[in-house]
Amino acid sequence: MENHHSYQVNHLKQLESEAIYILRETAAQFEKPALLFSGGKDSIVMAWLARKAFYPAKLPFPLVHVDTGHNFPETITYRDQFVADIKANLIVGSVQESIDQGRAVEEKGAKASRNALQTVTLLDTIEKNAYDACLGGGRRDEEKARAKERFFSHRDEFGQWDPKNQRPELWNIFNGRKLQGEHFRVFPLSNWTEMDVWQYIKAEKIPLPNLYFADERPVFTRDGVTLAQTDFITLLPEEEASKRMEMVRFRTIGDATCTGAVRSNASTIDDIIEEVAAARQTERGGRSDDKRSETAMEDRKKQGYF
Amino acid sequence: MSEERGYLDMDLLRFTTAGSVDDGKSTLIGRLLYDSKNIFEDQMEAMELSSKSRGDEHVNLALLTDGLRAEREQGITIDVAYRYFATPKRKFIIADTPGHIQYTRNMVTGASTANLAIVLIDARKGVIEQTCRHAFIASLLRIQHVVICVNKMDLVDWSEEVYERIIGDFKKFASRLDNVVEVTFIPISALKGDNVVDKSKNMDWYQGPTLMYHLEHVYVGPDANHIDARFPVQWVIRPMSNEWHDFRGYAGRVAGGVFKPGDDVVVLPSGFTTKIKAIHTIDGEIPEAFNPLSCTITLEDEIDISRGDMIAKPNNQPKIDQDIEAMVCWFSDKKKLKGREKYIIRHTTKEAKVIVKDIRYKVNINTLHKIDDDLELSLNDIGRICLRTSSPLFYDSYSRNRQTGSFVLIDEFTNETVAAGMIL
Repeated sequence: MENHHSYQVNHLKQLESEAIYILRETAAQFEKPALLFSGGKDSIVMAWLARKAFYPAKLPFPLVHVDTGHNFPETITYRDQFVADIKANLIVGSVQESIDQGRAVEEKGAKASRNALQTVTLLDTIEKNAYDACLGGGRRDEEKARAKERFFSHRDEFGQWDPKNQRPELWNIFNGRKLQGEHFRVFPLSNWTEMDVWQYIKAEKIPLPNLYFADERPVFTRDGVTLAQTDFITLLPEEEASKRMEMVRFRTIGDATCTGAVRSNASTIDDIIEEVAAARQTERGGRSDDKRSETAMEDRKKQGYF
Repeated sequence: MSEERGYLDMDLLRFTTAGSVDDGKSTLIGRLLYDSKNIFEDQMEAMELSSKSRGDEHVNLALLTDGLRAEREQGITIDVAYRYFATPKRKFIIADTPGHIQYTRNMVTGASTANLAIVLIDARKGVIEQTCRHAFIASLLRIQHVVICVNKMDLVDWSEEVYERIIGDFKKFASRLDNVVEVTFIPISALKGDNVVDKSKNMDWYQGPTLMYHLEHVYVGPDANHIDARFPVQWVIRPMSNEWHDFRGYAGRVAGGVFKPGDDVVVLPSGFTTKIKAIHTIDGEIPEAFNPLSCTITLEDEIDISRGDMIAKPNNQPKIDQDIEAMVCWFSDKKKLKGREKYIIRHTTKEAKVIVKDIRYKVNINTLHKIDDDLELSLNDIGRICLRTSSPLFYDSYSRNRQTGSFVLIDEFTNETVAAGMIL
């Protein structure tokens, strides 16, 4: 009789194996997949896992970055280095281009964000390159609408998500069949939590953009959220007064105009893990795009957001 | 340092919750998360605001799981939602499955990856049809542990008599089920928090564990089969680079048994035998691979192998057949299964065409009786069918291996997943 207890693996290894399985399933079931790479930690971990999934071959799909033009400069430096390191192909979809071509209209007012416009550029990029599956770093623990998302998430010919009519997913069997013009979003990290992601980054020694680590940064306050001062944001008179230098870091990295910073002294991965363990706010608690309404995420996802 | 060890060593319990509408499932999950301090401040704030604007008297914990607009408006849960939380003892994944229209479909989906099922009973209503259905599905999907939570004890004056009567009724029904290893009964009030995380002060007569204590301590044996070596080939890796000129690796996730370099293996369907040369990962070659690990296998001989093939051991092979007997749950509300229809079957990494040759019987899931005079399967129906596939499947019975014994049926025109099957 074999000793079953020696065949236990910890839950991080289980999650890694599951994600690799999903990545390979995506390559096998679709003709032209792409991996959406934002430069945020989740997409970095996903790309890292993709490298493992197909080693020693290169990734069988490109990385696609939807560039709002409102990036933290560190994100772009990091992106280019990372892509070079793993010898991947990079495709950039530009929100600025969508605006210049009149396909997207910039939001008006001081609190304008290009976050919503990403959806237009993303759908355009998908259509132009005929991608039939886009791998995303979304996790179910992030937000209540995402908790209902499938690993293989079907999108109709308008790129929309219909949460009430999703295909059931059982065991480890994934149905990626689709009609002409439809596509899929695939989420290999569905079952990971924020803590799992950090523990994995630590265990694998994955390099990250500096933005995740605490530093003295120029910030201001908008609607109770601390935002970085950047060239893309016009401050309202009452916000001018809140300009200051502060030890902060970012728990998520998105468009610079809406990604909130948290006060923090966490300058190493270990510090961050400690901070995440003690956190009393969800990581998207700092995202002003989620605060626009109770179901803001669902509404954006239905339109075709990640 | 010791805490970190703890995190990496923590095991995982996946459980599903079932109950009919208004049994208080979402409230129970909200209570589990809230009392175990797994709700964040901003989530609590959002719930408080939302409850107030809806005119609810208490903070409505159900709002935590009911995230979709329609759910919040109608006060119901629509789709299977997955929740994640941890205590110092364990990590948990909850599949929260709603109890209305697509109830069986949702519960089967949640149960397919669960080690434990919580079935809620409203103390005022007792064991009803849905309770029996949920227990049957848990048994059919071979969930090893079932917890019966008799909820809303506050509404029956915390009565031991009511509780005992419900247990008795359930046991009568459950004696007709097989497979379920362990049934635990707990009287609770999800709304007030009694016996969920904290021990009830209102039910001195109950000496058993709280729900959380049970979830943290229940023994969950290895779910995986480590005896029958099965490796469904998922993807062939050919780097076509100078460094890896002749490399041809078979990528996949071990579905059963243990593979080691030097092992004699057989490749199906060709039947060729060879030896394992090495098992590769990016972190180097590994001495053995077992479920649930993903890896890449190279073989001593060049054999034509593609996705959907299976690597096994010559002295322990799966069944190879085109005629399959299985239990299925029917998922489609648009189409019924009447027999003779063609579908697409997905089984491990293989896809084939399939014709439904015969519907043997349908199960009345409230009484467990076999129905053989009405042989149409509609949404939520469960029955035994006989299939013929266009090419042989390499399979084991579901009771032996959840991965090589399960499949789904897909409508070839709409591409919808219309059924889940468990091979007998």
